Amino acid sequence: MNYQYVLQRLLSAIVVVLGVTILVFIIVQVVPGDPARVMLGPYASDEAVLGLRERLGLDRPILEQYFSWLGRAVRGDLGQSLLNGQEVAAQLWGRIGPSFELAMVSLAIGLAIAFPIGLISALKPGSAIDVVATLFSQIGVSVPTFWMGILLVIVVSLNLGLLPPSGYTPIAEDPGDWLAHIILPAFTAGFVSASIQTRFIRSAMLDVLNANYVQTARAKGLTERAVVVNHALRNALINIVTIIGLQITALFSGIVVVEVVFSWPGLGRLALNAVEERDYPLLQGAVLVVAVMVTIVNLFIDLLYFLLDPRIEYV
Amino acid sequence: MDVSESLSGRGILPDEPLGPANTLWRDALRRLLRHQLAMFGAIVLLIVVVMGIFGPAITPYDPNGMDFSNRFGNPSIQHWMGTDDFGRDIFSRIIIGARVSLQVGFVAVSVATIIGTGLGLVAGYSNRLTDEVIMRAMDVLYAIPAILLAIAIVAVLGKGIGNTMIAIGIVYIPIFARIARAAVLGIRNEEFIIAAQAMGAGDIRILLTHVLPNVLSPIIVEITLSLAFAILAEAALSFFGLGTQPPDPSWGRMLSEGRDFFRQSGWMGVFPGLAIFFTVMGFNFLGDGLRDALDPKLRR
Repeated sequence: MNYQYVLQRLLSAIVVVLGVTILVFIIVQVVPGDPARVMLGPYASDEAVLGLRERLGLDRPILEQYFSWLGRAVRGDLGQSLLNGQEVAAQLWGRIGPSFELAMVSLAIGLAIAFPIGLISALKPGSAIDVVATLFSQIGVSVPTFWMGILLVIVVSLNLGLLPPSGYTPIAEDPGDWLAHIILPAFTAGFVSASIQTRFIRSAMLDVLNANYVQTARAKGLTERAVVVNHALRNALINIVTIIGLQITALFSGIVVVEVVFSWPGLGRLALNAVEERDYPLLQGAVLVVAVMVTIVNLFIDLLYFLLDPRIEYV
Repeated sequence: MDVSESLSGRGILPDEPLGPANTLWRDALRRLLRHQLAMFGAIVLLIVVVMGIFGPAITPYDPNGMDFSNRFGNPSIQHWMGTDDFGRDIFSRIIIGARVSLQVGFVAVSVATIIGTGLGLVAGYSNRLTDEVIMRAMDVLYAIPAILLAIAIVAVLGKGIGNTMIAIGIVYIPIFARIARAAVLGIRNEEFIIAAQAMGAGDIRILLTHVLPNVLSPIIVEITLSLAFAILAEAALSFFGLGTQPPDPSWGRMLSEGRDFFRQSGWMGVFPGLAIFFTVMGFNFLGDGLRDALDPKLRR
């Protein structure tokens, strides 16, 4: 195993996370005017503004502010929420679980839709099912996530009364209720990512189906099933894992929107509440945690890709 | 008989003169015009652009005019798409909303194209250090989910349509930078670049007159596809209350305003969504068609 690749990939992930911390730190610095005044609103007293400036360290040199903020962030101290005075880290901690659950179930639903459609359309290029799959992928990618969520709520929840329109129950509390609540939001986010994945899976399968070793397998007289399952699919999986990696950031983007539509208590909804309340420490924390989550998932997928295909070398 | 007649007569030269009909762009246009989905997309977009340009002149009603005797009206001869909770004509508001979507899309994508392509050209053409610095900065922007990054930027700059355009533009800078850089890396050691360098052309001149025209195809395709994403992003931000502010109609905000009334009138949730869907689909179809037309090798 090429440990240099693992090390370099790990190093580049650390560089990205450090870059994200700079970007997140800048959020407060570039607020037009006095950040403390903006956060507290136009009616706050001068003493309160001065107090907040000192509390956030805004009166110190910028580099000192950054390293002090970074030092605390590394130790898990992301400051206090301006709205309720609670620890930002504690608030975020409670939201990571619901966001992660939603992302994983969405990914699973997306793959459950995309995998069979992409596979069948690659096996029968030009057939009716291929045309339908291609149209599905092109139309699906144009559907606004929040609109699809709204339509599902109107039809499935309000008109048919089949599933709850919003809310969340922890899985440990009541798995059945958790499932009932997660189906609609996860399907909404999963459907849109499925439309993109279908196209990539079809393309990855077509590539390997036309490769010389697949032709050789056919020429040896293997059944089509053996050719597809043992030779084509195993090799296409490598590309498919890469595609999932590329989709992770987009998936989390969709999750932010879905959380707002379905009142899902995740990081995206928390970030939007923070913007509405001008609670910048909370916003900084939410953006940082989501970016770190996305980077870790991407790193994990990259390493998985490397394990699947020993030919990969870092360049 | 002159020489060319003699050569064409013997099959050495074609009978028809080789003219501009065979240029890359003409060939691409010919392929695009034969691409059915792309043409469908282009027609949809033409309708949206007409709505955007002539909006105020063609709306049947005042888009902000209220009629409380006619709230939650179903689609009818008078009101093709029904009326909202203030009795305003949904069709008129959708026509006016087209202008907002197109404006945001074009301004945001222009910001992303100019800055992103510029950074990508410089990264791909300059030394390793500059390349590393630029591309790692792009990785950082790319690590934050697009909508979350746009929300954070609007939080800093303030709500409103202008800041929404800038936010969406910044979000898409890394995509253009990556595409432009990859394209430059593909051609930077080609003979025509080395020849230009040997003739003493400066870096900026080489980038603008030799490199840029050769990396235009993937950038044009990305512009079209990014317009689709920009319109989706504007709709999402307006849906969150961060984009277009009342009383101006925007498709995303119409959906957000109608949320509390879907029990009374589901139509309020259907038509603005359809408008976003068809516009985004138009750009996606056209973008796919352009990709097939400009680079037939990529066709699948």
